[in-house]
Amino acid sequence: MRFLPSTEQREFARALDGLLTASDTPAVARAWAAGDHKPGRALWGRLAEAGVFGLAVSARHGGMGLLPAELTVAFTELGRHVMPGPLVETVAVAAFLERLDAGAATEWLPRIAAGEALVSLCADGPYALDADAADAVLVVEGDTVRRAEGHGPAQASLDPARRLFRPRGGTVLARGPAVTSAAGHALDVARLATAAQSLGLGRALLAQTVSHVTRRTQFGVPIGSFQAVKHRLADILIALEFAQPLVHGAAAALAAGAPSAGREVAAAKVAAGEAGHAAARTALQLHGALGYSEEPALSLWIRKARPLRDAWGTPAECRRRVLAG
Amino acid sequence: MDLEFTAAEREFRDEARSWLARHVPAAPLPSLETAEGFAAHREWERRLAADRWSAVSWPEEHGGRGASLVQWLIFEEEYHAAGAPGRVSQNGIQLLAPTLFAHGTDAQRARLLGPMARGEVIWAQAWSEPEAGSDLASLRSKAVRTAGGWLVSGQKTWSSRAAFADRAFGLFRSDPHTPRPHQGLTYLMFPLDAPGVTVRPLGRLDGKPAFAELFLDEVFVPDADVIGEPGQGWRAAMSTAGNERGLTLRSPGRFSAAAERLAALWREAPEEVAGPLTDRVADAVIGARAYQLFGYAQASRLTTGEDGAPTGDLGAAASLNKVFWSELDLALHETALDLLGPAGMLADDADEAPAHGRWADGYTFSLAGPIYAGTNEIQCDLIAERLLGLPKGRR
Repeated sequence: MRFLPSTEQREFARALDGLLTASDTPAVARAWAAGDHKPGRALWGRLAEAGVFGLAVSARHGGMGLLPAELTVAFTELGRHVMPGPLVETVAVAAFLERLDAGAATEWLPRIAAGEALVSLCADGPYALDADAADAVLVVEGDTVRRAEGHGPAQASLDPARRLFRPRGGTVLARGPAVTSAAGHALDVARLATAAQSLGLGRALLAQTVSHVTRRTQFGVPIGSFQAVKHRLADILIALEFAQPLVHGAAAALAAGAPSAGREVAAAKVAAGEAGHAAARTALQLHGALGYSEEPALSLWIRKARPLRDAWGTPAECRRRVLAG
Repeated sequence: MDLEFTAAEREFRDEARSWLARHVPAAPLPSLETAEGFAAHREWERRLAADRWSAVSWPEEHGGRGASLVQWLIFEEEYHAAGAPGRVSQNGIQLLAPTLFAHGTDAQRARLLGPMARGEVIWAQAWSEPEAGSDLASLRSKAVRTAGGWLVSGQKTWSSRAAFADRAFGLFRSDPHTPRPHQGLTYLMFPLDAPGVTVRPLGRLDGKPAFAELFLDEVFVPDADVIGEPGQGWRAAMSTAGNERGLTLRSPGRFSAAAERLAALWREAPEEVAGPLTDRVADAVIGARAYQLFGYAQASRLTTGEDGAPTGDLGAAASLNKVFWSELDLALHETALDLLGPAGMLADDADEAPAHGRWADGYTFSLAGPIYAGTNEIQCDLIAERLLGLPKGRR
């Protein structure tokens, strides 16, 4: 047993980190929030070239097969850089279509792998994320899946880069127990990817806050020399350090098709979502009024933490899942 | 991110499991904090040692199995899942022995490890003093040079296990004139029945004599019982402290087993009791799994390293473990008592205490977790300064 990211996985993370750093993701996120999807779509294409969307698509459809461990590596970086868009939804739809193996699979999977299709998914509540930017919106209700033909007006959310829409109408693509089962699998993939995103988001918030409290001087000393400040940051590091193995462990369980995978994914979602959210609260508090201002880029990270904590399974839902056996 | 155990690891698990199934006493042993219970636990250590299960990670020549860190984690999982007795020899095996392996002499290892593993000599810690707790380096008990050894005087306190133990190890000031308090300290060992030693048992919060005060009046300690170089004791002690607060003091297996029992308690509780406690039970289960997986990652890092270069030492990361397991232990036990309702208030020696008082006793013990082995406040300072790189400030 060697329960650490492999050399290849660490190189993959570094490559994505480099690509996203060079792409000014805060500007991409601000444009996205303003309804300008162009820079986001361009970056989406480059992420596909780096292999991100192929991680949930089988080789016969132009991907690498479902690789949950690599998926967590990629989504940790996407979270670290507040990349906007229906990222989780697109890989969840890929996992769903792979499992369902319906006609839509051949149509959409190669395009997802190539980064040509942004797909949103409405399966957990009434809204679809970024339906206006997506090339397709799938709606799962019970044992039925349909492709929406339109959507209602944009509903602003707590994270301006996460705009929500009610999908409308559409034609049924498939129906029956296979849909329910594929949707369950897609939910696990969505939860895992969201958990990884929270983890990366939390890491970035911690790093930015450590940097701030080291430079910010009050009473003649850096505020990071105060115990009250140190201990809050230590708590965040602890929360993130112990959430990370849960995320990696859940990926291993999903990859192995273990019967415990659903529970492990739910546990990872709770821990990473809460850690990311706690990191945002602490970042806000330790940046003081600066943290409460929209203009600094930090606000992009702070505002994303809560929606990620709650998307694809609230902590309460996931805690029940952990105990469901 | 490989969680597959090797064939050798699986075999090791099976062997441990079947030995434990055959040997773990059906009824819990009497409390470790009584003379009778102490003797019973000593006898259990002897049985473990007879089949080389008392110190699995030691080399075979000293009675161990040369187990890898992952195998040790596996052993601990099985040990706690089997509900086996608490380890009266833990101070020796997990704290002193690593120091002897790193800083002791061959002669010391040959003389001390066997009796330690067999439970013949039970060790107590002698670190804290009335005026030196978190600021351990300010300790004042002294060691004065004499022919063939040292004369040790002073007062140690909160000395774990000392009420019934045979020997103790700790730090003493051998040079009072050093520029820094961490210098001039010597690490030495002494019998608790030596002339000049007075042991006064101290009740912990529930009154049980889990530790003691030690009054030392010119106790003779031969040179052979000094570990490492005189005056260099701090470094040796800190390697022990790292082990203590890190992975080896509180193995993940202990919490995995407790979380399983907690989840069972929750499933058996009436809905009106269990319902409102769902989130807390889930968090305890999640926390135990997190610590287990964190332990696997830590073992991998220690033995193979991130880039194939083993780190060998937990360093300040041990502080992450310490804060996490101590908070987890408290949360587990507090939640269990809430699930038990009125019966949860019964002390562990009450006839009607649920599960032979295991939860009540564990609760009392868990209250000490954030304090011993370096308070969590000190650990958070270490995390902030050494792992996050924040500037030093006043404690």
